[in-house]
Amino acid sequence: MTFVKPAFRHPDAPINELGRSRQDYEGGLSTLCAGCGHDSVSAAIIDACFELNIEPHKVAKLSGIGCSSKTPAYFLSGSHSFNSVHGRMPSVATGANLANRDLIYIGISGDGDTASIGLGQFAHVVRRNLNMTYIVENNGCYGLTKGQDSATMDTGSPNKKGDINMYSPIDLARLAIEIGATFVGRSFSGDKQQLIPLIKAAISHRGFALLDVVSPCVTFNNHTESTKSYEHMRSANTDMPVDFVPMRQEITATYDSGATCEVCMHDGSVVRLYKQDNDYDIEDRQSALEATSHYAKEGKILTGLLYIQRDSEELHDVLDTARRPLNSMNELQLCPGPRFLDSINAGLR
Amino acid sequence: MQAKQSVNDFVIKFANVNGTGSASANSMFAKAIFRMGIPVSPRNIFPSNIQGMPTWYEVRVSQDGYLGRRGGIDIMVSVNPQSIKRDVAEVESGGYFIYDSTKPLDLRLIRDDITYFGIPFTDICLREYTDARQRLLFKNVIYVGALSALLNIDFNVLKDLVADQFKGKEKLITPNIYALELGYQYAVTHFDCPIGIHLERGHKLAKHIEDFDNILMDGNTAAALGAVYAGATVAAWYPITPSTSVVDAFDKYCRRLRIDPGTGKKNYAIIQAEDELSALGMVIGANWNGARAFTATSGPGVSLMSEFLGLAYFAEVPTVLIDVQRAGPSTGMPTRTQQSDVLMAAYASHGDTKHVLLFPATPAECFSMTVEAFDLAERLQTPIIIMSDLDLGMNEWMSPPLEFDADFKYDRGKVLSAADLDNMEERFGRYKDVDGDGIPYRTYPGVHPDKGAYFTRGTSRDEYAAYTEDGDEYVRNMDRLLRKFETAKGLVPEPKIKQSEMETRYGAVFFGTTASPAYEAIEILEKEGIDLDTMRIRSFPFNHEVEQFIREHDRIFVIEQNRDGQMRRLMLNETSVPAKEKFIPILEYNGLPVTARKIAGMIRNYVTHGNVTPLTRRTAAEEISA
Repeated sequence: MTFVKPAFRHPDAPINELGRSRQDYEGGLSTLCAGCGHDSVSAAIIDACFELNIEPHKVAKLSGIGCSSKTPAYFLSGSHSFNSVHGRMPSVATGANLANRDLIYIGISGDGDTASIGLGQFAHVVRRNLNMTYIVENNGCYGLTKGQDSATMDTGSPNKKGDINMYSPIDLARLAIEIGATFVGRSFSGDKQQLIPLIKAAISHRGFALLDVVSPCVTFNNHTESTKSYEHMRSANTDMPVDFVPMRQEITATYDSGATCEVCMHDGSVVRLYKQDNDYDIEDRQSALEATSHYAKEGKILTGLLYIQRDSEELHDVLDTARRPLNSMNELQLCPGPRFLDSINAGLR
Repeated sequence: MQAKQSVNDFVIKFANVNGTGSASANSMFAKAIFRMGIPVSPRNIFPSNIQGMPTWYEVRVSQDGYLGRRGGIDIMVSVNPQSIKRDVAEVESGGYFIYDSTKPLDLRLIRDDITYFGIPFTDICLREYTDARQRLLFKNVIYVGALSALLNIDFNVLKDLVADQFKGKEKLITPNIYALELGYQYAVTHFDCPIGIHLERGHKLAKHIEDFDNILMDGNTAAALGAVYAGATVAAWYPITPSTSVVDAFDKYCRRLRIDPGTGKKNYAIIQAEDELSALGMVIGANWNGARAFTATSGPGVSLMSEFLGLAYFAEVPTVLIDVQRAGPSTGMPTRTQQSDVLMAAYASHGDTKHVLLFPATPAECFSMTVEAFDLAERLQTPIIIMSDLDLGMNEWMSPPLEFDADFKYDRGKVLSAADLDNMEERFGRYKDVDGDGIPYRTYPGVHPDKGAYFTRGTSRDEYAAYTEDGDEYVRNMDRLLRKFETAKGLVPEPKIKQSEMETRYGAVFFGTTASPAYEAIEILEKEGIDLDTMRIRSFPFNHEVEQFIREHDRIFVIEQNRDGQMRRLMLNETSVPAKEKFIPILEYNGLPVTARKIAGMIRNYVTHGNVTPLTRRTAAEEISA
């Protein structure tokens, strides 16, 4: 195992529009198990931010507790990060976002952190349509405490000890669509082609964007019978490929129009989708729910951008907060001064 | 029978049914006395219910300016048949009982040692009003009118109050004044007014509330204004009695004062969270990101927030929490007061944690301490908990006016700007004790393109915020947090110490709402030849003046409103003076604000008999009135 990350990079490594190389978006060396799906997700975030020309310091990374929640240390070391408490990342992200609406908020969580201890906060951050990207690295088990079942584990799926899970699973993507999420994607850590554009689209989305990413736990839940294993995902994944075209970029490629649809995002960028089912309207909540359950019944996992509502009011719109970040205000804007207090006193006599 | 006689010195209690609109009439009654220049302290004693249960309103009138509860009832205004039996029993011998005489009084309720005034409130309402709602509401106004005759309240003051109350709804002024007159006329026609206990215009000059232009306001509103003045922009909360009105008032003032004149947008954000855990999480997230944020809750909420308090302590994120205490444990008595969160708040969360506490005793302090809390939180990068209680938070108190210095500048603490980071020669270490005071430097997210980013975490870390399980690094960090707590001692409000005129070995220690009845009790005892020095604690950690006071007295009565003597225990834990034998707990924990008589009685018993508990068994009626 390596403990030091080599600093050397190829002199011809590509740079983005900000003049930054991909290396500028990396983080510390991962301490997760070799082959962990989470490291692929971190890599995809690095690629997405590099390609989107995001300034690392304009990103705030937030997480809860668990293997997944350790990963913000492994990407974007130029960003501030807050590794909070178990299942409570959504509330910390909400407060942070209220204080400064100008940063990009990326939350990283796991299935234990989101679907069990944090289900309440998750549901409410979805309801509030907080402008953030919320990535669940979903492996169906508790990795950091050595492999206990999680609430996203499919019914009938055995754990490493061979015990069959008899409880009903929580499908976070479906739950989020149900309770008002405005962007819901599902992907697989092993499918970089799909995951990177999905992350880019999620970051570009104005409002709450959930990405439920099946990310196998190589140590505790990657056996043949597991429905969250690499093997199972490779056979059951019914993927809808996704392309992301940043704003102002000319769309040149052509596709079979019957199977694609283009969604123009708030900032002018475009997500192009290749659908499996032509009747499925990506902007219709009910269709999205039906499509996901249709594939689930067949033992398949539908991945891609499952649902999007383009024009929605994010939390700041609902609250009607000032355009200028609240954390940039001082006494001049905030303090009414002694004279107003005199009138308060006068009214209380 | 000797009927009680007094001017500007009595306790009156209203027995009402909740949800009938009595609160605003009762409040008008108290405010009228206040406007006549007479010290007054009203208290709601209400159920955890919306409609139909018994509720009381107790008003202390004290020429001397005593604002705590005295104990005992001189006049009862009975408007609730449900509770009439205990209400009659509660009146002290020689007192007065005002009741609805529409139906004759049950003979079993007739005592020969009190004076009865029967006024047919229901009859009057039936005669005057046809609408059921009006009959209910105006009954309250009618008894206030009757009281103005019986007690000699200036009728013009009442008329002004009605006009103030219905500003913008002028149509309601005349009918309300008419209702006041109905009561007034009935009383002057049927009784010899004023009665033996009554009011005369005063000057609000009283030794305990000093010679200044007092205001009448509740502590929660004052705390909310403090948050506005301190520049709080984010409030996250979860509804809970008795703290809800803090955020309600914050919302009200923000709508008035924090709308950007150019854009009409809000320079604040308020979120009703899904629970208290989330509320504090939002506050921590906002403070981490450089906004001033706070929450208000009560004991059950603090229990839930303990996890996040530990995070804020350990990750060193400024946090302001207003705890309006109520009677616990568990759901306890949600609408009754207590000071029973002291130990929980001081040590909230697992592991070695300690929090800075502030103890306001007046609305003016609720205001100033809330303003101060935001500075302290950012200066110390730690949670600051303001320990109010239901009695202070939800009742109107006479208080010095709120004051704010025009030159006041927020102390945002040790925050590095982009320029600071550029000018730094050494590497930025988030948790490095550069100045030796235990307080490190922080940066806001997004401050600089290449410098100042760090990883905030609840896990152990080194001075550069990198995860570590190195025992020496961990200990260095924990010891620095302790050093920071020492620094706090020099920043938090000092105790208020009053020396007795006679030299004495006895001391009394108290805090928050216990102060008013305690000062009164000390004066009662002084007249009996028992002298005590007093110390009103205003903050934790305790500074050297607290230790000095303990050291200088042989016997110290620690007066507080909880069962376990929590402040006494905290002082034993957190001061270096061996004081276990010195401290004598003086405790009240029945959910009602402690009375001066009870405090005086317990101290007297100790001084004369060596025991704080009363020697003789009392009757139930005496128990209630004590």
